[in-house]
Amino acid sequence: MRIVLCTAVFAAALSPALAQDAKTEIQKYQRMINEDSPAELYAIEGETLWKKKAGPRNVSLEQCDLGLGPGVLKGAYARLPRYFPDADRVMDLETRLLYCMTTLQGRTHEEATKRVFGNDDQPSEMEYLSAYVASQSRGMKMEPGTTHPKEKAAFELGRELFFHRAGTWDFSCASCHGTEGQRIRMQDLPVLYKPAYARHVIATWPAYRVSNSQFKTMQWRVNDCYRQMRMPEPTFGSDATVALITFLTVTGEGEPYAGPGTKR
Amino acid sequence: MATGPMKMRATLGQAYTDVRVLMSHPMETGQRKGPDGNLVPAHFIQNVTVKVNGKVVVDGQISQAVSRNPVFSFRLKGGAKGDKIEVSWLDNKGETDSAEATVA
Amino acid sequence: MDHDRRTLLKRAAGAAAVLAVALLEPMRALAAAWNKEAFAAKNPSDALKGIGIADTVASNDLLIDAPQIAENGAVVPVEITSNIPNTTSIAVVIDKNPFPLAGKFDFMEGALPFVKVNLKMGETSAVRVVATAGGRNYVASKDIKVTIGGCGG
Repeated sequence: MRIVLCTAVFAAALSPALAQDAKTEIQKYQRMINEDSPAELYAIEGETLWKKKAGPRNVSLEQCDLGLGPGVLKGAYARLPRYFPDADRVMDLETRLLYCMTTLQGRTHEEATKRVFGNDDQPSEMEYLSAYVASQSRGMKMEPGTTHPKEKAAFELGRELFFHRAGTWDFSCASCHGTEGQRIRMQDLPVLYKPAYARHVIATWPAYRVSNSQFKTMQWRVNDCYRQMRMPEPTFGSDATVALITFLTVTGEGEPYAGPGTKR
Repeated sequence: MATGPMKMRATLGQAYTDVRVLMSHPMETGQRKGPDGNLVPAHFIQNVTVKVNGKVVVDGQISQAVSRNPVFSFRLKGGAKGDKIEVSWLDNKGETDSAEATVA
Repeated sequence: MDHDRRTLLKRAAGAAAVLAVALLEPMRALAAAWNKEAFAAKNPSDALKGIGIADTVASNDLLIDAPQIAENGAVVPVEITSNIPNTTSIAVVIDKNPFPLAGKFDFMEGALPFVKVNLKMGETSAVRVVATAGGRNYVASKDIKVTIGGCGG
């Protein structure tokens, strides 16, 4: 049996009553940190960036079509990922933002993806923009695209990837997120292929993450999970990452978007 | 000069006016090692002041033990719609920022 | 003409400089001086002594609302309400922090003795709150467990 850095710990060590108390207190922690979130400040910066002229074409992102028409922000995040005919592929928020950066602003893919994940001293454009765009969907039901053949294909690929074991530790997403009752340290692991668990997760990303003191996006979350599984780093906005995000979002659809807020 | 925006809102309630403030600040303790291996110098808010129509009602001194990007809640009494609330901060480098909101 | 203009410009520049400083001054002037000694104290009793608090008496009217477990010590939300009449000040001490004094809030006419703040806790510790009211000091305390979340962050 492999010794793994983050072994799922079973709740055997805690008596049921104690485990329940812990769960209640952790839920209280999650609720209290979410009451007012620095995510709102990222959204303010994101709005400035959205309206800022950039790239060789010296235009802003204001005409970017996130699925509901050029420049329509209200509710756009709640309808992602979805198929976009102009790109002929399924795109999540960040992939679509990247598309607008390259097509509208004329920026190169290389330049626009040079620093997609920031740090606490200097967040990235993607983080600011994601906070802003997501904030425009607060309270709206998560309804990703599910009818187009490519949307269905993305879902299927995402599901396959979720259960596919690989890498030096022979892990898949399901290793941590595939069985009821597992936890890592004090964190209960949501079984992400089950709607009941996925809904809350999907309704709260992207988010300001206390563990990083930073705003983190869904592409970052997928990237970091791959790192934690000791797998090769996925390419930002790749078909694989979009497929996985599609699978998770469709599995967790229907919940009103509650973010962007603060998470652990 | 702030490292980012500051936001606040003031909502009139039955028993009190609810004031929420979001600040952008690294709140560096001075004990953290940076990427170059050297200690990142202490840089944190030391004073937080809440004013109602120009008069100080809360005078706070805080330390580096307050979280990065501080979030505060205060409660004011005897207020009315239209009151001007201002929250300002001053850090150990002499930098300052403030935000205003009208009680709604 | 030149002499008058130069004087006028000098006066204007001087006034602008004074104005710039004047805008900054109100914050510095109005804010209570930062109690360096108290904040540098390395144990809770020295920290409290530094802000003039020696004797405290426990009070059930001083409420600390906080989770018993913090998933990450970098942000521990704590909401403090003093129902003790005439509370003029609330101090927050995190016993096991390297520098226990986290904050001191003075309340004047127009503010309730209430504050919600996010604290950094280095490890599991008692969080102590001291309220000053009518010349006396009251204390309440809550133990908060700090964990490192998930896969180490």
